[in-house]
Amino acid sequence: MGKKLLIHNDKVPGIETLQVYRANGGYASVEKALKSMSPDQVTDEVKKSGLRGRGGAGFPTGLKWSFLAKPEGVPRYLVCNADESEPGTFKDRYLMEKIPHALIEGMITSSYALGANLSYIYIRGEYFYVARILENAIKEAYEAGWLGKNILGTNFSHDCYVQVGGGAYICGEETALLESLEGKRGNPRIKPPFPAVAGLWGCPTVVNNVETIAAVAPIVNMGGEEYAKIGIGKSTGTKLISASGHINKPGVYEIELGIPVEEFIYSEEYCGGIRNGKKLKAVVAGGSSVPILPTELILKTAKGEPRLMTYESLADGGFQTGTMLGSGGFIVMDEDTSIVKNLFTFARFYHHESCGQCSPCREGTGWMEKILKKFLNGTATEADVDLLWDIQSKIEGKTICPLGEAAAWPVAAAIRHFKHEFIEIAKSKKFVDISHYNRLNKVRV
Amino acid sequence: MGAQVHGTQDFNKAKRAEIKFSDAAMQTVNTIISRYPQGKQKSALLPVLHVAQAEFGGWLSPEVMDYVAEILKIKPIEVFEVASFYTMYNLKPVGKCVLEICQTSSCWLCGAEDIVKYIEKKLNIKVGETTKDGMFTLKTAECLGSCGTAPMMQCGASYHENLTYEKVDAILDNYKSEGKLRSYTDLDYKNTL
Amino acid sequence: MKVTIDGIEIDVPKGTTILQAARMIGPEVAPPTMCYYSKLKTSGGYCRTCIVKVTQGSTANPNPMPKPVASCRTEVMDGMVVQNITSPEILEARKGVVEFLLINHPLDCPVCDQAGECKLQDLGYEHGSAKTRYEFKRREYDMIDIGDKIKLHMTRCILCYRCVKTCEQITDGRVHGVVHRGDAAEISTYIQQAVSNDFSGNVIDVCPVGALTDKTFRFKQRVWFTKPVDAHRKCDKCSGKVRLWFKGEEVLRVTARKDQWDEVEEFICNSCRFDHKKKTDWIIEGPSKISRQSVISQNHYENLNELKLQVLKQQKALGFIEFDKRP
Repeated sequence: MGKKLLIHNDKVPGIETLQVYRANGGYASVEKALKSMSPDQVTDEVKKSGLRGRGGAGFPTGLKWSFLAKPEGVPRYLVCNADESEPGTFKDRYLMEKIPHALIEGMITSSYALGANLSYIYIRGEYFYVARILENAIKEAYEAGWLGKNILGTNFSHDCYVQVGGGAYICGEETALLESLEGKRGNPRIKPPFPAVAGLWGCPTVVNNVETIAAVAPIVNMGGEEYAKIGIGKSTGTKLISASGHINKPGVYEIELGIPVEEFIYSEEYCGGIRNGKKLKAVVAGGSSVPILPTELILKTAKGEPRLMTYESLADGGFQTGTMLGSGGFIVMDEDTSIVKNLFTFARFYHHESCGQCSPCREGTGWMEKILKKFLNGTATEADVDLLWDIQSKIEGKTICPLGEAAAWPVAAAIRHFKHEFIEIAKSKKFVDISHYNRLNKVRV
Repeated sequence: MGAQVHGTQDFNKAKRAEIKFSDAAMQTVNTIISRYPQGKQKSALLPVLHVAQAEFGGWLSPEVMDYVAEILKIKPIEVFEVASFYTMYNLKPVGKCVLEICQTSSCWLCGAEDIVKYIEKKLNIKVGETTKDGMFTLKTAECLGSCGTAPMMQCGASYHENLTYEKVDAILDNYKSEGKLRSYTDLDYKNTL
Repeated sequence: MKVTIDGIEIDVPKGTTILQAARMIGPEVAPPTMCYYSKLKTSGGYCRTCIVKVTQGSTANPNPMPKPVASCRTEVMDGMVVQNITSPEILEARKGVVEFLLINHPLDCPVCDQAGECKLQDLGYEHGSAKTRYEFKRREYDMIDIGDKIKLHMTRCILCYRCVKTCEQITDGRVHGVVHRGDAAEISTYIQQAVSNDFSGNVIDVCPVGALTDKTFRFKQRVWFTKPVDAHRKCDKCSGKVRLWFKGEEVLRVTARKDQWDEVEEFICNSCRFDHKKKTDWIIEGPSKISRQSVISQNHYENLNELKLQVLKQQKALGFIEFDKRP
């Protein structure tokens, strides 16, 4: 069993309540930080821990915090990005639903480090019931004095609120999230300025993912150096992985960064292998936007070394033969899966979720979906594969926010590794979808 | 999205005059507004629109949007810009229960298309349509963060996961016998795993 | 601050954007713009036609920027090195942006009042490709009426946000905005409402395409058959400095004056624009300066014969059969 720091208590009955959470060691980091550490010391521990943003970009959290501008007399804010919507990712929902206080605790400790007296948890609107759970937890925390004025009798006061979104993937982009939090359309802002300088209502703001903030509590408790001992190299600590698709045991797993991908897929501790005795075909390892990899490249790098669940190992080989850890949305596909059809669902998703602000993404995502639709209709030609490739290359890197890349990368990767599937459909003028036939009756319930 | 809805439907002044939050809803709205610093009440727009949608029949008419604009002291166009951007706000009347079936990757891998077809047949409507009795509206949705428990559908605040045909039958029967409007803001969400 | 654009060095004040610096050097290196408008705050960044490559961030941090940047929204740093027309990558990327802007454009130039002064036409001509690779139905919208003075053709809109920013920044009440999202986004009013206040007519001038046109000028004349003349009048709402567009002795249209980047010099009021269409309303200053590239100066070609030869050559290259050799 690997070490667990975030969801080790998830099966404890009543863990969603403050009483049980506290009895299991909850809020210790708030006590430790407020009573015995300065805000900068907390930031230092986070720096030492090597914690990297768990939302997908993997940017070092301590470094991000140190960018926060601290002009006199201007409020600073912490905003939690709970707009989890990257297809394949559902870890934040699990964490918030099962152990809401883990997030609240992280919010308080992190806010103390940043000197923020007000924080918001921006949660996607579809998770409305999870927002209710969080609000209940916040209410409990206020009643017990963990939130509000002069927490634990110190000078530190903090208010934390939940805001629900309205249904838009793009609000997971931090500046779009801030726009949405201000009651506007979720159009990403043009950077610079970055939120650390001008964020919510023009004030310095740090936006962190749920899992990132929750990880601050164990880091403060055990010390940054101790946390950094878990994992390999620059991939320190534990990571929540959302496993889905054709596996025997889909769900959220907390892993120590560094376990082999093969172990993650096949061991009984994690995914439990491919269901219905099928063979593995491909994996999207870090949420829909990261490049899909075929079996031979996901289990081993191009150099023949075992691929590990770390930021570095998954990225080994660049986009030619590698992928990214991303948000940890691990989608597994068996041998019957049509890569083209799966790609179509991604393309449809990005077309649906484009905010429409900048032209390459607004026009390009819809165009790619329409061409992929031709493959499903059996009307595509071989020239369409080249056209798709060219369109994705003209979106990538040309847009305001990373949604452009997120839409382009899966198309590029599918063509890079599975071009033969596209060609086959184009040649035979026929698309046979054997990939999801009668799956329902084989569903493990 | 998809269907082009303009804010250009009739704006009925008499209807507008009748629109008013119940005391309970108004209290919720005021609580939401109080979460933001003075003068930043526009930030409350998204959550307040959810309350309004639940309060006024499951959708946001031009009159309702106008009312929300007045409460938050912003221009009506600012409300319309936002309401039309996000997928959870309905700008046209919908059935009491809006069934949203996730169709993105993992859900598709696990048979979401079959669930859609099954419900289409069962309710005799196509995606985007509402049953004649005004009970159900069927929609497809993009990733709802339930990939490990696919296929799934959302109805109001409730997540129904690991769907099978039998489960769909039971869920729809239950909603039908209840016969009540289902909203995202419901407190009595009934998730099924 | 020193910045080098396409090999040309220039000294600019702090806070200057790459685009502004390039414009200071001259039109040869200035990237094209569709959404940026120097007179409107926070404009720009959306269309992506002005993207450039930053090969050196600054003297202090000489690393190149990883992705092309929107020159209109990126401030220069001391020692920055930028490539625009000298970067084949950028020219290719820009070609892509033009294609994206055009795939859903109706290309109804023959019936569009903007033809001849349309920025998208210019952009397509200068940076686009002659063929389309888009084979699907182009986007359509329901027509909506936004009043008796301004015509909205949503199909032609490229969502530059200029009109929204104009109404927000120079009028006292914005009633229209961008609604819906993604490729279904459109300019619309909240409930059927006229976009009307003293300065709303300026949205016509800032619109780079034929999405917002002057109803009082609609279908009256192709712009290249009209003659622009600068004129002014005493006006208590605006500067009264306008451009009149004549056909013979008749004033067909009144617009604001535009500078060499095709941007309004001073915004004008609706009264000047729509209500003063008699020559006697105005004090004429003289013919307007029109760029030589513009079709509006078509009557001023010095050497018509040379032009005819060029046209013949192009037609031959495209495989046209000469008129008198047709069977």
